[in-house]
Amino acid sequence: MNAPLSAAALAATPEDRNRRQAEVVSALRAALPAHALLWRREDTVPYECDGLTAYREQPLVVALPETEEQVQAVLRACHRLAVPVVARGAGTGLSGGALPHRLGVTLSLAKFNRILKVDAVSRTAIVQCGVRNLAISEAAAPHGLYYAPDPSSQIACTIGGNIAENSGGVHCLKYGLTLHNVLRVRGFTVEGEAVEFGSEALDTPGLDLLPLVVGSEGMLAVTVEATVRLVPKPRLARCVMASFDDIRRAGDAVAAIIAAGIIPAGLEMMDKPMTAAVEDYVHAGYDLNAEAILLCESDGTPEEVAEEIDRMLGVLAGAGATRMEVSKDEAQRLRFWSGRKNAFPASGRISPDYMCMDSTIPRKRLADILLAIQQMEQKYQLRCANVFHAGDGNLHPLILFDANDADQMHRCEQFGAEILETSVQMGGTVTGEHGVGVEKLNSMCVQFSPEERALMFGVKAAFDPAGTLNPGKVIPTLQRCAEYGRMHVRKGLLPFAELERF
Amino acid sequence: MSAAEAPGPSDTALEALVSQVRAAAAAGQPLRIRGGGTKDFYGERHDPALPVLDVSPLAGISSYEPSELVVTVRAGTPLVQLEQALASQGQCLPFEPPRFGPGGTVGGMVAAGLAGPARASVGGVRDYVLGATLLDGRGQVLSFGGQVMKNVAGYDVSRVLAGSLGVLGVICEVSLKVLPLPAASATIRFEWDQARALRQLNSWGGQPWPIAASAWWEGMLVLRLAGAAAAVQTAVDKLGGEPVEPGLAATFWQGLRDHADEFFVGAHRAVAGGATLWRLSLPQTAPPLALSGELLVEWGGAQRWLCTSAPAAAVREAAGTLGGHATRFRGGDPSTGVFAPLSPPLARIQRELKKAFDPQGLFNPGRLVTGM
Repeated sequence: MNAPLSAAALAATPEDRNRRQAEVVSALRAALPAHALLWRREDTVPYECDGLTAYREQPLVVALPETEEQVQAVLRACHRLAVPVVARGAGTGLSGGALPHRLGVTLSLAKFNRILKVDAVSRTAIVQCGVRNLAISEAAAPHGLYYAPDPSSQIACTIGGNIAENSGGVHCLKYGLTLHNVLRVRGFTVEGEAVEFGSEALDTPGLDLLPLVVGSEGMLAVTVEATVRLVPKPRLARCVMASFDDIRRAGDAVAAIIAAGIIPAGLEMMDKPMTAAVEDYVHAGYDLNAEAILLCESDGTPEEVAEEIDRMLGVLAGAGATRMEVSKDEAQRLRFWSGRKNAFPASGRISPDYMCMDSTIPRKRLADILLAIQQMEQKYQLRCANVFHAGDGNLHPLILFDANDADQMHRCEQFGAEILETSVQMGGTVTGEHGVGVEKLNSMCVQFSPEERALMFGVKAAFDPAGTLNPGKVIPTLQRCAEYGRMHVRKGLLPFAELERF
Repeated sequence: MSAAEAPGPSDTALEALVSQVRAAAAAGQPLRIRGGGTKDFYGERHDPALPVLDVSPLAGISSYEPSELVVTVRAGTPLVQLEQALASQGQCLPFEPPRFGPGGTVGGMVAAGLAGPARASVGGVRDYVLGATLLDGRGQVLSFGGQVMKNVAGYDVSRVLAGSLGVLGVICEVSLKVLPLPAASATIRFEWDQARALRQLNSWGGQPWPIAASAWWEGMLVLRLAGAAAAVQTAVDKLGGEPVEPGLAATFWQGLRDHADEFFVGAHRAVAGGATLWRLSLPQTAPPLALSGELLVEWGGAQRWLCTSAPAAAVREAAGTLGGHATRFRGGDPSTGVFAPLSPPLARIQRELKKAFDPQGLFNPGRLVTGM
């Protein structure tokens, strides 16, 4: 699916593209007010990429509908003309999921930014797709409620984008991902037909399509509205900061916490290079001698937190922590987190560019992957700083490089691909929360067999028979995988437990 | 594993299933997928004479590491065996799937997608599925998802299997998220009418109380609290109500979970006498139903069991008006569907999905959606 359309896009001459643009603009003029339609290059430049700025493309047209009728009319017109449609929220995605199509319409849903209802009794909010993640929690705060998933871009990212990516955050070990916190998604099919997935009841008849739509990266339907779950704000949160003089001991401590039956509200890890980078940036008082730092948070009623913090300290001490500090108040707790939350900008200060990876591995392999990454630093002669959502085994290695140096850029890409493939070999996945987009298409060849990828194309076609909704993302074609040339490394059924394996 | 690769030597059970499906595909012969057969009663009218594809030989826990909170298990494994293995490590399936008989399997649990009393507080079967290996209608063994909590690589096919009643393919193996058993629990009860119970449940829900499950029946609201010992004790002290002795409480919740308690025993008797047992799934703030019959309210109001002789159309309309749907769970008029009808776009997408997974319509034809 990505091959034929990209091939068509590549083959289109500038004259072809101009002709097509005139045709699409003329069709959309009937659907939208003049100010809601952009096609001149100077107007479409702001839409040329999302948070993954290494990939850029000029959209043919940008449509900025203000009503659902306009969304529907745009989709119908595009369907009639067989024009690709790329839906876009705030454009904060990190995998190029909202990268424009050269011969397609970018459908910006930024104007759908109203919170329609916050209902304290049912603990739900009905929001338009362009509402920012944090704005939901702010609107719910007067009722003592909040929306739990908190991706680090939550100030800017929209709920529509969160639904497209099944976004996580630092609290999803305890509170779940976007899927677990969204009850209902309303929107349109690619043909412009109104459709609703999920329900305000806890289940629906027939196949449950909500888990397909959530995390589908805008390839199955266009979301315009959602009902989300709100949960009571914990009365108290406290955080333990623990230092370790050995990476393996820190990794084992993470497993020990979970094995002790504790589900922390957040469980994060930073390695020594990352700690140095963030300390220099936020001055939070991190232990610069530690090989790894764990942040382990407990929330709930004061009694629950006191009980849990005691148990956490016991486990961490038993796992060989060299230093432990418990936040005494909210200010100190936020200071503990300030470095973790600023890991990306802090990396931006110590290197001209960085590439953020997002694979997940089983928790018990944390130390193994860190040590493997250290070896890759030697192999590719590039530095890498690491932050992990350790509690769910989700890694964010930040490979530091200079994009102006073509050789460094190339080594960085190979470094990243090797981290992803090593993660799959360790029983993990190429993306935990950032999505495949265009960035990880090649790595999908390693994780899924040709038959599995063919079935994913079948899923796509069940929703979008013509393949015009965000084409070319998420699933690599056979041809692309053949060109990439790496073998699919996963097997179907696990061998039995007595057999040795990764 | 690709279809071309031969299954390993330890996979004779899988091999047998693959050959049976390939033979069925060659002959265009539909199959009835079956594990323990404890949920044969469930689903739309389907042909009991179809050849059975018996998944029970594909059994065993493939991998279980408590510190990962993940268990990977073959579909034919008895649910009882899985739950015993988890309990021995102080862990559990938090969604409390019902056990309608001793032979129920893990595959059947996922395919039925039914959850027990704790559903509203912890999530349903789908929320705990992390990955699955599936045998599709072409006889291909395919894996989706994985064994990790966070995974957005490709479409989340494994979670769609929860509640699919086998129509997309044969579930061969699933990876499930598991959780520690709560450190403490307590049960309390209140003599309240339905309206007051519903109002109070929704009001508590907006506060950080450790409410794990609720059930209202015949003027009595029963509440299970679970979590850290201190939090449970505080809730017992502050919420009031009358404490229920732990042994009695355990029997009650288990009976409710397995549809073996007094309400369901009575309902099964009434069904034998011609009544219908409906499962209404509603927004939990929906007001009391204006339908006559015996009623049990679970999930803070989101699941209501109604044993009634009211016409199917009236029950469906009441559920639909309140923003939910009704399932004819047991008994009643076989000419009315078991599940509520789908909207046209959803019906079309589901038919197309079925074709993508099972182009010849081999698996459990008609069991989830009539004609699919």
